[in-house]
Amino acid sequence: MNNKYIPLAATIFVFMALFGFGSAQFDSFFSMRVFTNLFTDNAFLAITAIGMTFVILSGGIDLSVGSMIACVGVATAVLIEHYQLHPLVVFPIILICATLFGSFMGFLIEKYDLPPFIVTLAGMFFLRGLSFVISIESIPITHSFYDSIADFYIPLPGNGSLTVSTLILLTVLAGAVYIAHYTRIGRNIYAVGGNEQSAALLGVPVGRTKLFVYSANSFLAALAGIVFTFYTFSGYSLAAMGLELDAIASVVIGGTLLSGGVGYVVGTIFGVLIQGVIQTIISFDGTLNSWWTKIFIGLLLFIFISLQRLISSGLLLKWWPSDKKPLVN
Amino acid sequence: MSDVEILAVTGLSKSFPGVKALNDVSLSLREGEVHALMGGNGAGKSTLIKCLTGFYSSDSGKVFLAGKDISSLKPDQIQTCGISTVHQEVNLIPTLSVAENIFLGRQPKIRGRIDWKTMNSKARAVLARLNLDIDVTQMLSSYSIAIQQMVAIARGVDMSARVLILDEPTSSLDLKEVEQLFSVMRRLTAEGTAIVFVTHFLDQVYAISNRISVLRNGHYIGTYEKADLPQNALISKMLGKTISDKTDSSTKKQSQDQDEKEVYLTASGIGKSGYIEPIDLKVHQGEVIGLAGLLGSGRSEIAKLLFGVVQPDTGRLYVQGTEQLFSSPRKAIQQGLAFCPEDRKKEGLIGELSVKENIILALQAKRGWYRALTGVQQEKIAKDFIKSLKIVTSDLNKPVKELSGGNQQKVVLARWLASAPSFLILDEPTRGVDIGAHQEIVRIIKGLSKQGLAIMVIASELEEVVDISDRVIVLKDRKQIKELSGDEISEANVLSSIAEGAL
Amino acid sequence: MITDSISVPREDRLSAIRTSKLFWPLAALALLLSFNLITDPSFFAIEYKNGVFFGSLIDILNRAAPVALLALGMTLVIATGGIDLSVGSIMAIAGATSAWLISHEVVNSLWLILAISLGVSLLAGLWNGLLVTALGIQPIIATLILMVAGRGIAQLITNGQVLTFSHEGFEMIGGGAFLGLPLSISIVICSYALALLLLRKTALGLFIESIGSNPIASHYTGIRSNLVKFSVYGVCGVAAGLAGLILTSDIQGADANNVGLWSELDAILAVVIGGTALTGGRFSLSTTLVGVVILQTLTTTILTHGLPVQYTLIVKSAVVIIVMLLMSAEFRHQMKSLFQRGQRSE
Repeated sequence: MNNKYIPLAATIFVFMALFGFGSAQFDSFFSMRVFTNLFTDNAFLAITAIGMTFVILSGGIDLSVGSMIACVGVATAVLIEHYQLHPLVVFPIILICATLFGSFMGFLIEKYDLPPFIVTLAGMFFLRGLSFVISIESIPITHSFYDSIADFYIPLPGNGSLTVSTLILLTVLAGAVYIAHYTRIGRNIYAVGGNEQSAALLGVPVGRTKLFVYSANSFLAALAGIVFTFYTFSGYSLAAMGLELDAIASVVIGGTLLSGGVGYVVGTIFGVLIQGVIQTIISFDGTLNSWWTKIFIGLLLFIFISLQRLISSGLLLKWWPSDKKPLVN
Repeated sequence: MSDVEILAVTGLSKSFPGVKALNDVSLSLREGEVHALMGGNGAGKSTLIKCLTGFYSSDSGKVFLAGKDISSLKPDQIQTCGISTVHQEVNLIPTLSVAENIFLGRQPKIRGRIDWKTMNSKARAVLARLNLDIDVTQMLSSYSIAIQQMVAIARGVDMSARVLILDEPTSSLDLKEVEQLFSVMRRLTAEGTAIVFVTHFLDQVYAISNRISVLRNGHYIGTYEKADLPQNALISKMLGKTISDKTDSSTKKQSQDQDEKEVYLTASGIGKSGYIEPIDLKVHQGEVIGLAGLLGSGRSEIAKLLFGVVQPDTGRLYVQGTEQLFSSPRKAIQQGLAFCPEDRKKEGLIGELSVKENIILALQAKRGWYRALTGVQQEKIAKDFIKSLKIVTSDLNKPVKELSGGNQQKVVLARWLASAPSFLILDEPTRGVDIGAHQEIVRIIKGLSKQGLAIMVIASELEEVVDISDRVIVLKDRKQIKELSGDEISEANVLSSIAEGAL
Repeated sequence: MITDSISVPREDRLSAIRTSKLFWPLAALALLLSFNLITDPSFFAIEYKNGVFFGSLIDILNRAAPVALLALGMTLVIATGGIDLSVGSIMAIAGATSAWLISHEVVNSLWLILAISLGVSLLAGLWNGLLVTALGIQPIIATLILMVAGRGIAQLITNGQVLTFSHEGFEMIGGGAFLGLPLSISIVICSYALALLLLRKTALGLFIESIGSNPIASHYTGIRSNLVKFSVYGVCGVAAGLAGLILTSDIQGADANNVGLWSELDAILAVVIGGTALTGGRFSLSTTLVGVVILQTLTTTILTHGLPVQYTLIVKSAVVIIVMLLMSAEFRHQMKSLFQRGQRSE
């Protein structure tokens, strides 16, 4: 097997093992309903994590996504409820503003060579502060459009359902996979994350690539924020606290190298699903407590990061029988 | 090789503040030839390459590619015109697949999306031209440096195959890999590509090249047919010295009785494959050993091996009779070794720290963290060395990066002397140092050896090695080829040993 | 040596900035305080009641204490070229441990409680150190693991509840007073003094700066980089634990979910505002402390001026970006050329 697929394979294996474990433990676990609910309940996290995958692939990080989700929620709620705008008018406005915000962060990072960690940390503070300024109270969204969204779903056999959130997620996923693997900008992101200097020497527009990555990530975080309001029917400034950590964890568990350059969007989805399955198992169990999720995810993080170290240091190559040793005539 | 000129350089000059890096250099390259570009340190090879590839704009002179003036074009334009460069360090993306590395930024597309199938098959075809059959979908980093080097060449060849510049491509390759590279080069030249080959390995020059051009101190010395230029002639042209057959009379020192001096360090058959061939070495107390050889002959490698920076995979090392294994510099330092590395900025100085802190650092590290030198002690040590080594600094507490090159070098020297070593290794102690400081450093080295310190000096300047050393070990192509002592030590003898490459 | 003579003026200026390392943070603080002096003189009022001082300034120092402790540890970690994201979680673990020890009446001696809680924090810090040194994992990633898992562990200890307790001795840490000032201020001063003593009287400070400034050369000089880094993460863990104990003692309960939430970010900010570069090397504990006080003064100023508390975060983010831009070479260059162009056109 190609060495670069090992982490991805490991992630999928862990997901299946956990799902299998849940199915063996609990009667009604193994069902289409549980499986599709994983998507519905975690759609916002998955969409954010996809954006985060690009950021991390490019060798950066973005801490502002959790605050972005809260801020988008509050802003959407205020625009719909207080300003009586139709949601379909509100969404584009929000998405454009968010994208501009992301471009500004990307600009600071790229132009002034500021550490992404600090710039997006400031972005995180700013957006959280902005949500507080807009409203401290939770604002319920009562627009009829939201009801029709909640009522719409495509039924699947076995009590499963594809909700609007799931459909948006699947569209984003398809788009992300396409960009990552079938466009030059996508490959340039991998190249920049793999080795920025070499990429520049090979003619990759490094600055533009980074700008794209941060803009796209903020766009996706804002989209996740909108999907989040479908889920909660409200905007709340304290929402999605610490979500950036969950997103980063999903990306790493999904097999993406935190140092950039290696990873798959699909892996990230499985990283999100793993977190979802753990939560589902805990809720099925009833006696286990929610903090086990954090501990277990911490453990998975440790295992996956160590695995990555082993692979990148070449230690694993010695143990892994490679059927395709370099051949030279 | 045909007689058709593909690339012509005329009267190229390039100055940097304080240095005339290239002075009226001309060069002519023919289709299908391997043209070796030779020169020592600071000869201007890399400046010339950067001018050819558009990374520098020259002050005067022109570059013609197939009759077309390309002097003012930008790097990417020059590349599309047909000049590709492969650097010593592989400038590719290790985390992308081989095929992607070859086609990054110009991937074949089908209906607007990247066509992986075509890309992979094209990549295979390009590599097949270089006799390379590897899985192009694997990550580049999963292959050896040699293969990565070939991939870089493949990218260059596929983009434009008229002139290929190989800048020290073989420095990290083993013999077999070099042979592969050569067969690729032969194939390319057969197809009409002209190759500029920069290397420090003389034998490789004679194995592959058709013609040889020599640069020295930014001046063009000449271009010669390989057959007309024996090795010793090439060396003397590179160094600007003639090799006489006789041992020259200016030699110096009577052969001191090394046997009377106590052996401090013995290395027997110590080496590392792909790094340096096994060497044998005895270092006596109070003796200066010089390592002579051209750039890339393995001088610094020996120093790093002895000092525990790089671990040998064969051979034994004895310090004062006991066998030692230096797994890190720290272990070596505890046994009394000290090492002033060649790359002062990267490996020597702690730029942000003060002159004083830099001087006491090794001593402090030797003492351990809890036995700190007091402020008064630190100041005294620093002042003593500033005085004895004549370090020019306005202030003990000035960050060391603000000092001039010569003074920085003396600070690193002071650091090691403060640690009271028994064996001092100096790699290019006078590099980038002005004349005054140069003589000063040579005087210090001689003084130290009189005090009984064992010293190893590595220097590109033959004069310097010959002047300082009691014994000279001559290296070539990462092999120890000769040991000269006493009367035998002379520039001429060193040069002729290199030229002969004697066993 | 022409190159040298060209670079002299610039180097001179750099060294001038370096020698005045405390100048800029202090100037910023003075500016903030004088703003308060003009707009609200009562800001500086200090009352003496029941043997204890009260006032905005005292309040600032008291509130800044936990972050100050974190920032002291963080400065050392950043100076080695690393970062520690897990300090907030370590705070939670230490708080939870102490609360558990007291509420389950495992031990009653204050010193034993402190020793065990700080011991646990030390282990947590060393775990980070182990990942960074032995496994060679990037610090930001290595400490992310404990950042995520640490809160879970803390919740495991408290069983997911806010574990309240009463312990006369332990309550003194966050609520007690010493010489009329909150005890937490004394704890910070003692820790600072201890750190200074350790750094100045041993060679640790020198080694830390050396490793952060040039790891390769430090290795060649025989410094045990890994050992130093390992210990520094341990120290950072203990400092975080102490901060966690102060907060836990203050509210007389361990809130594993919220104690020290985002404190790691405040601590990193304070270090950056204090002028220690995120890339490592030269550091100063004093300027870090000034950075902490600036951040807290900013928050308190916003509050006392009747601005809603929610503006704090926005102001903070603006401050961070401005400070980072001022430190960016490219930005300085742009400003300089802008300035010069302005001059030329006159």
